Amino acid sequence: MKLSWWKIACILLLLFSFTAGFIINVPYVGNLYQTIRNFFFHVPMWFGQIALLSLSLGYSIAYLRSGRLKYDIYAAEFAKVGILFGILGLVTGAIWARYTWGEYWSNDPKQMAAAIAVLIYFAYVVLRGSMTDMDKRARVGAVYNIFAYFIYIPLIMILPRMVQSLHPGGLEGAEGGGNPAMGGDSLDPVMRAVFWPSVFGWILAGIWISNLKIRFFLFTHKNILNG
Amino acid sequence: MKGVFTLMQKDLLLELRQQYTFWGILLYVASTVFVLYLAMGKPQADVFNGLFWMIQLFVCINAVAKSFLQESKGRMLYYYFIGSPTQFIIAKLIYNALISVLMVVMSLILFFFLLGTPVLNIGSFVGLAFLGAVSIGLVFTLMSAIAAKAQQNAAIMAILGFPLIIPQLLLLLRISRSMLGEVFREGALLQMFSLLVGLDVLVIVLSVVLFPFLWRE
Repeated sequence: MKLSWWKIACILLLLFSFTAGFIINVPYVGNLYQTIRNFFFHVPMWFGQIALLSLSLGYSIAYLRSGRLKYDIYAAEFAKVGILFGILGLVTGAIWARYTWGEYWSNDPKQMAAAIAVLIYFAYVVLRGSMTDMDKRARVGAVYNIFAYFIYIPLIMILPRMVQSLHPGGLEGAEGGGNPAMGGDSLDPVMRAVFWPSVFGWILAGIWISNLKIRFFLFTHKNILNG
Repeated sequence: MKGVFTLMQKDLLLELRQQYTFWGILLYVASTVFVLYLAMGKPQADVFNGLFWMIQLFVCINAVAKSFLQESKGRMLYYYFIGSPTQFIIAKLIYNALISVLMVVMSLILFFFLLGTPVLNIGSFVGLAFLGAVSIGLVFTLMSAIAAKAQQNAAIMAILGFPLIIPQLLLLLRISRSMLGEVFREGALLQMFSLLVGLDVLVIVLSVVLFPFLWRE
């Protein structure tokens, strides 16, 4: 079995982040103690989600421009794996929150925004499921997907920055003020060196999963899809 | 521009000839607010705020829902020959925004009459209510077009639109809290307000760009 270079890179990056993430010395920040290690696994989910949904947007635009059904399948599968990443991010965040904030769910603005984002894309899946004609499903789905993406970005990038949050670095006036992903001053160079490989590893893993799903779909629907 | 005007005129004429939908929605608003009044009398500012925007959401959805669902396939084909999709969607956007504002006026009167006025600055609350109605009307116009294509009733429209309207609804709720006596950090209000207007502009641009793809059959 021969793997292409980016799949090998994905395996190596994830192996590195899973081992280094648990053995490096982490800085002592407030009440986080060792739970700061969740940073290497929780935050890459959101980077992965943004990357996958951006790819989904790209293929939806490509579908509307070219009308090739294949691109619609790409867009749908990337969006579905984006939803999976969103759910994983919410779960890893909730488990972490149980030990730092005391509750699985505390209506933090960032938690809310992430949950709404998952709902928006669930609606995309429901919409696609409601139509049986493949061409119509592709066209209407693509229109909704593009519209949804431009609501999704302000929802997760702008709104949570406007209010205080329980997230590390979420206090008003903290360094990197309220950035949804990076906890400002809590990130030292050693952590960065583990964090970025983890981000790219997870993005590649997401693309890999979607790729398998797309190939499987195209294989099972070979007789309807030509082109 | 002339085409846009003609299409709006047609919508208005239809509305005037089939007044039962308009009065139906009005009755819907009135009975909902009355039930709320029976249930909780005169609520506190926070509850008032939440109730007001939720009722606004449902009223605007009902007012906008029929805008595309009422158009039959044959009629759409006819529009296809006489006008461009851009004219058509712009006419629908403007008309729906106006209808939503009209509905908000009705429910504001009923709210103030029955549920009391915990609002400190009535003028700006009414202004914000108008802006909110326009926002909801705009978002649900494209959702109505999508739902009409999916050949479903208003249910799919609600499923699609509810998560998408939440960002704007959150902003509206937060801004209106300042008119109910909550104090914000300096500049925060203006920031939220401009974000709201920015989202409206974004929704208009996306609707105009995306609708032509939806309309082709």
